Amino acid sequence: MAMQFYASPEQIMRDRSELARKGIARGRSALVLSYEGGVLFVAENLSSTLHKVSEIYDRIGFAAVGRYNEFENLRRAGVRMADLNGLSYDRRDVNGLALANAYAQTLGAIFTEQSKPFEVEICVAEVGATPEDDALYRLTYDGSVNDEPGRMAMGGQAESISGVLKSQHRPDMSLSEAVRAAVQALSSVGGEGGAARTIAANQLEVAVLDRRRVGRTFRRITGAALTGLLDGDAGADNAPAPGRAKTPTVPTEEANKPTTSAGSADLEGQQTEQPEA
Amino acid sequence: MFTNAGTSSFTAFLSKVAPEMLPGRRPLPPGMAADLAPHATTIVAIAAAGGVVMAGDRRATMGNLIAQRDIEKVHPADAYSLVGIAGTAGIGIELMRLFQVELEHYEKIEGAMLSLDGKANRLASMIRGNLGAAMQGLAVIPLFAGFDLAAGDPARAGRIFSFDVTGGPYEETGYDAIGSGSLFAKSALKKRFRAGLSIDDAVRLAVEALYDAADDDTATGGPDLTRRIYPVVMMATAEGTRRLTDAETATIAEGVVSGRMENPGG
Repeated sequence: MAMQFYASPEQIMRDRSELARKGIARGRSALVLSYEGGVLFVAENLSSTLHKVSEIYDRIGFAAVGRYNEFENLRRAGVRMADLNGLSYDRRDVNGLALANAYAQTLGAIFTEQSKPFEVEICVAEVGATPEDDALYRLTYDGSVNDEPGRMAMGGQAESISGVLKSQHRPDMSLSEAVRAAVQALSSVGGEGGAARTIAANQLEVAVLDRRRVGRTFRRITGAALTGLLDGDAGADNAPAPGRAKTPTVPTEEANKPTTSAGSADLEGQQTEQPEA
Repeated sequence: MFTNAGTSSFTAFLSKVAPEMLPGRRPLPPGMAADLAPHATTIVAIAAAGGVVMAGDRRATMGNLIAQRDIEKVHPADAYSLVGIAGTAGIGIELMRLFQVELEHYEKIEGAMLSLDGKANRLASMIRGNLGAAMQGLAVIPLFAGFDLAAGDPARAGRIFSFDVTGGPYEETGYDAIGSGSLFAKSALKKRFRAGLSIDDAVRLAVEALYDAADDDTATGGPDLTRRIYPVVMMATAEGTRRLTDAETATIAEGVVSGRMENPGG
């Protein structure tokens, strides 16, 4: 009969934490920060299809580092939960805090109950009316939640990246300033002997939650628009996002209207004045 | 239950975690229920050069009564497609909301939009799910139209799909109408539709066809000049979906009405 070794709960938790931390530290980093026009996500990602950054709901985005299969599973769960709540109540009743709490419960349960914790760190970001109203929640492998002050870094060497980002970041930055600050922070580590390096535009995954849009605010920034921002082209700040035209660029009355449909408010277009019945 | 791997379909997810939220999954007491709830009426769709136009009247009826004068039955399904609902209003609105979430959900989970045919097939299976209720008089029939991003020729990118209570979809050529006034609307379109219409002409034609439907069908509402209630007109083109503003539909509807002052048959 095999000998049963005793392992104290502290030891088990320490081992699991170490496993998760090591897994996360191996990966490339991701940054989330507020800027004047919304919330910016920048991740170093060699793949253009396996995303680290994605859309959850109208004003909520998701960024993650670590094991792809594990955070992809969490992302899908978040989309399902948000869509279910938005359909049962209203689109305006879906908020980032509820989602962050659900993720914390899930990650906490996995950390204590499963033999292997999720090797992921995620950020749930909700864009508000002003940079002060933005909410960035950091969720770690053990289910702890932190409300971050307008910027955060996750992944390998997150602390030194975070330090560079903190010295550069202001909530009233323009989009191109914010992108350049984020890329500077990301590339400040990982070179020869810990020196800075350059990261090519095709190794960056960049997306925003655009504060001024109605309805679904998540937009990816790729190709020429991204290169323009990296080169400090001021005009690129106002470059129209690819995709649909005719979307209001400033908040309108419609932003406050009750959405008739469960589809996004930005699809409905103009709302009729109420007829005098 | 949220983290289980599996489907990208929101309705398939709902059928596992909240089947009571699917309209077809509710047990109904036996007997006909057709007179219980308001009915939404006529919708027309016309394929034009570079897109498709869909318009619906604003009336909902309950037997001989007008239940609502300003109901909106044409909605965007997603950024490039439109859906209009005829039949039992409550179930129709619910199905439409569910369909909108279904398309958006797939897009978010998979990172890519469904093809136009894929969207039509999803809608068909959702309608099929309502067959039991339809047999008791609570039928819902949608009309689906959209701009096909995969179409080689942009002139042929506007496509229309119709359905019946058992599902579908049936792709229509040129134009289609559903609802109680559809017979008259289609007759009007049959004589006036030409392939390759411009979007503006198609909008005018849609409002004309709704006028003809309202002319002969009591359940379809014509332009209400006194209350300023006009048809909902939407279009799907390469730029996405757009709903005409009230001012734009007012101008078109008033033009149609003044034309009919001289020639009531149009």
